[in-house]
Amino acid sequence: MEHFTPVSALIGGVLIGVSATMLMWLNGRIAGISGVFSGVAFTEPGDRAWRILFVVGLIAAPVFYSVITRSTPAFDITGNWPLIVIAGLLVGFGVRLGSGCTSGHGVCGLARLSPRSMASVGLFMIAGMATASAARFLVGG
Amino acid sequence: MKNNVSALIAGLVFGLGLTISEMINPAKVLAFLDIFGDWDPSLALVMGGALAVTALGYRLAWRQSKPFFASRFNIPGNRKIDVRLAIGAILFGIGWGLVGLCPGPAISALMIGGAPAFVFIFAMITGMGVFELFERAEKLRRPKLPLA
Repeated sequence: MEHFTPVSALIGGVLIGVSATMLMWLNGRIAGISGVFSGVAFTEPGDRAWRILFVVGLIAAPVFYSVITRSTPAFDITGNWPLIVIAGLLVGFGVRLGSGCTSGHGVCGLARLSPRSMASVGLFMIAGMATASAARFLVGG
Repeated sequence: MKNNVSALIAGLVFGLGLTISEMINPAKVLAFLDIFGDWDPSLALVMGGALAVTALGYRLAWRQSKPFFASRFNIPGNRKIDVRLAIGAILFGIGWGLVGLCPGPAISALMIGGAPAFVFIFAMITGMGVFELFERAEKLRRPKLPLA
């Protein structure tokens, strides 16, 4: 556990919670990223502007952070292109079929004690852990 | 208009949370998911912290009859756990465990993640598009249910 970063993890978590609270209190919306994002492309135009702006804020954040702290946030990913493509396809299809991801089910759904979200989080955590653990043995690393 | 400004700020705050907690780094996420490796429990604290604040924040927000910049609270009413939910969660979990990216961090990392981030987002949008086609095909195939 030498890489454990409890302080930054908690600060980041609190910020995510503040964001989810803002979006509910001010806009009456669930801060589910997959729902907000897919709605940019696949929803009625009248409901699009706030979604685009939320996504813009999300993308601008690490850039903003870099400028202020004069450091680039780390982004270390596997160099295996087919794996990245397959992962992206599974994530995109899965979050739509399952009506949410880590934010919508994991944070917002659990916060409102939704039984669907509890089931979803249990399943995607188990699937994610099984896959990540198995992948290290198969692909190596 | 006001709801657009609040959405922009909420997106920025969310992204800063992901950045500060290093959740936009796929390696950091995989270090949590790979429980048999050199396990890093940071992600659990990120989710726990976010969950605690959101649970409290939602309860405070819902004391009002409606949100500040909208006519009503838009909350999913479906409480039934079905096969679609389960298969969707499992497929998403597998994709997440393969490279360590879920939608929030993937989108947030677009400007710092180089080509892999773009390729992942492109594949993710394609996956969402495939779902839309699947959804339309399902609707055509299924006989129209009488309105209850």
